[in-house]
Amino acid sequence: MVDIPLDTVAGIPPAEVGEVELYHPRSWWTRYVFSQDAKVIAVQYSITAMAIGMVALVLSWLMRLQLGFPGTFSFIDANQYLQFITMHGMIMVVYLLTALFLGGFGNYLIPLMVGARDMVFPYVNMLSYWIYLLAVLVLVSTFFMPGGPTGAGWTLYPPQAILSGTPGQDWGIILMLASLILFIIGFTMGGLNYVVTVLQGRTRGMTLMRMPLTVWGIFTATVMALLAFPALFVASVMLLLDRLLETSFFMPTLVEMGELKQYSGGSPILFQHLFWFFGHPEVYIVALPAFGIISDLISVHARKNIFGYRMMVWAIVGIGALSFVVWAHHMYVSGMNPYFGFFFATTTLIIAIPTAIKVYNWVLTLWRGDIHLTIPMLFALAFIITFVNGGLTGLFLGNVVVDVPLSDTMFVVAHFHMVMGIAPIMAVFGGIYHWYPKVTGRMLNEALGRFHFWVSFLGAYAIFFPMHYLGLLGMPRRYHDIGETAFVPASAHDLNAFMSVAALIVGFAQLVFLFNLVWSLFKGKEAGGNPWGAASLEWQTPETPPAHGNWGKELPIVYRWAYDYSVPGAPQDFVPQNEPPAGWSARGAHP
Amino acid sequence: MVGAGGPPVSAIILFMAGLAAIAGWWLSQQRLTAKPWLEQGVMVDLREAGTASPPAAKIGLGVFLAVVGSLFALFISAYSMRMTMADWRALPMPRLLWFNTAVLVLSSVALQWTYMAARRDDIGGVIFGLCAGGASAITFLIGQLLAWRQLSAAGYFLASNPANSFFYLITAVHGLHLMGGLVALGRTTAKVWLGAPVAQVRLSVELCAIYWHFLLLVWLVLLGLLTGWTDNVVEICSQLLS
Repeated sequence: MVDIPLDTVAGIPPAEVGEVELYHPRSWWTRYVFSQDAKVIAVQYSITAMAIGMVALVLSWLMRLQLGFPGTFSFIDANQYLQFITMHGMIMVVYLLTALFLGGFGNYLIPLMVGARDMVFPYVNMLSYWIYLLAVLVLVSTFFMPGGPTGAGWTLYPPQAILSGTPGQDWGIILMLASLILFIIGFTMGGLNYVVTVLQGRTRGMTLMRMPLTVWGIFTATVMALLAFPALFVASVMLLLDRLLETSFFMPTLVEMGELKQYSGGSPILFQHLFWFFGHPEVYIVALPAFGIISDLISVHARKNIFGYRMMVWAIVGIGALSFVVWAHHMYVSGMNPYFGFFFATTTLIIAIPTAIKVYNWVLTLWRGDIHLTIPMLFALAFIITFVNGGLTGLFLGNVVVDVPLSDTMFVVAHFHMVMGIAPIMAVFGGIYHWYPKVTGRMLNEALGRFHFWVSFLGAYAIFFPMHYLGLLGMPRRYHDIGETAFVPASAHDLNAFMSVAALIVGFAQLVFLFNLVWSLFKGKEAGGNPWGAASLEWQTPETPPAHGNWGKELPIVYRWAYDYSVPGAPQDFVPQNEPPAGWSARGAHP
Repeated sequence: MVGAGGPPVSAIILFMAGLAAIAGWWLSQQRLTAKPWLEQGVMVDLREAGTASPPAAKIGLGVFLAVVGSLFALFISAYSMRMTMADWRALPMPRLLWFNTAVLVLSSVALQWTYMAARRDDIGGVIFGLCAGGASAITFLIGQLLAWRQLSAAGYFLASNPANSFFYLITAVHGLHLMGGLVALGRTTAKVWLGAPVAQVRLSVELCAIYWHFLLLVWLVLLGLLTGWTDNVVEICSQLLS
């Protein structure tokens, strides 16, 4: 990149995108259904992800009912319990969070935040959504197939994943793998768009170091996802062949139900390597967009520029790179060379450094800020607290000697729900409350929002804090019924019942949220173009909701970064990114 | 080798390290040390200089090739981990593969020639080159299918040994990628056929040529792996890492 000295800038006209380049819908179908407009695709992605997320929420209710009150609900048997945990995990991680952050937030925010009219490949972008929808439908169809969905656990470890004894051994696992393959193909199409739009679609003056951190987070996460998902693709294809054609990629010689199978010599560990080569970056694929969103929410709602912007960018890139060399910390109990264990424990703990930088910077952004406890801000604060909580238990589990006794206990469940369940969901909610006015032109209802926040936040802690304790007691995960054991006292069962009640309440609070989304669409307070007084580009569109093509006749020109809040001497407490410096005319010409 | 529990690193780690180097080089050009809070005004980056900035479709293809590359690197990693296990029985390579390789090289050359014709605005050359490149690519695919048939006729079925499974799987994935390329090539050919001027398809032709060269490179690596030429390399890499 070259800086052109300011005095030669005079006379550079704003870069205009000719209208011929923009795709124009001609009918209702191409405008709202088979739309190539990133904003419509974003809404489609979000609605689909939330709908399938509701399925996963109901599954978690059923699991909690069983765990809290074992034996009471005769319709939940051991097989179904396994199916519930599998589908809950897979849906939440892949079909909800990944799709919502990248397909939903990414599609909506990237073009608006970098000042583009749309994604660079709109047609491919549309295909991405429809393939994602197909993947979701294939996934849902497993509920109605003979044998039901797979119960292999979301990690789908062979050999058990494809053998009899695991529920859903027929259609369940086959369609699950097919659905993942479809998801990856669809995601790759979308991901190419997000990356190339950030690289090529930025408007004049939007240098990389002027992009809002949300775009940095989504961009880096997309790059990681593009490189990590192929590992899941390879693992899924090979497992599918093992299941359907009895190849032996992963399957060792074994006897199933007294019958010697044709399999021989395969390596289940190979699957684990492939799975976690995807699986660990996946954690950060979910976390990095959340980091970015939280940075923006905190800066806007504390009316203060983000502290340490450069460090924030470097930390995002650093975390993205490091997350590719830690995957085997999920496999400490699979057995490995002690030197590898040492290596992976070290890299895992090193990730704490850039992550801690981010937390410090968020806190320092808040420090002496003009903190408005709006609903997005509440969710942002909840995110920071929850992420720190989950991150600290991550330091426990990153150490081999601590991980081995805690592995496969509820401690692990509590850890990853804090760090990549609750925390990213807080960012999702914060983001939705923050950007809903831009998407719809109306504010979400404040009272319902506060109710939703407090019940979700406190409720989530009521569920997952005690879970750490259960894990330390040694209560295993993935057990349908713990039964009588020497190490689990009766009080732990009471705790389980308490957590289940909390889970039911938190679930109902999400129904309130969904109601709020629909109700406010029609009855919400008119928002205006920039209700939060935010400086970044998406709030400066000529129309709200932004029209097709986002900007009017001319693309905006960017003169500054996205965090000019409370600038001394400025007329307002924020300066929009497209506001020329004092003394400049609006067309970018030097006076 | 990766022994009891070592990660199957070699190929994918090397590939990722290469990508990281490219990403690091690119980032180093992006003034990541800028202090945006101090800088106001219009900053123009190279993208706007026009000539220096490649079109979005070319960048998109580059990113896609990185994804495809990582896919094949992962297959190669899995292959090199699985092949060290006791039950691996290498299968004889059909001689036909050499013919196929030659055809694929020819296809790549034809598309490069087409690209040069497109730069000369030689419409006849473009049509000829596209057809020659497409026909030789299809010949390659048919050749691959024949190689499969020869193998299965000789009793080397998909599931009878992991070496066979990998052979069929990897050649199939490579073939599918080539078929995807043929769709793009077909669309470009159709455009020229329907009378589009060369200027309109120059970029498409260039992208097809790049994709073909990439798939040729991947195929040469895979061929080295499948015929066992690279066994020594794999072994050396594994020893370095274990």
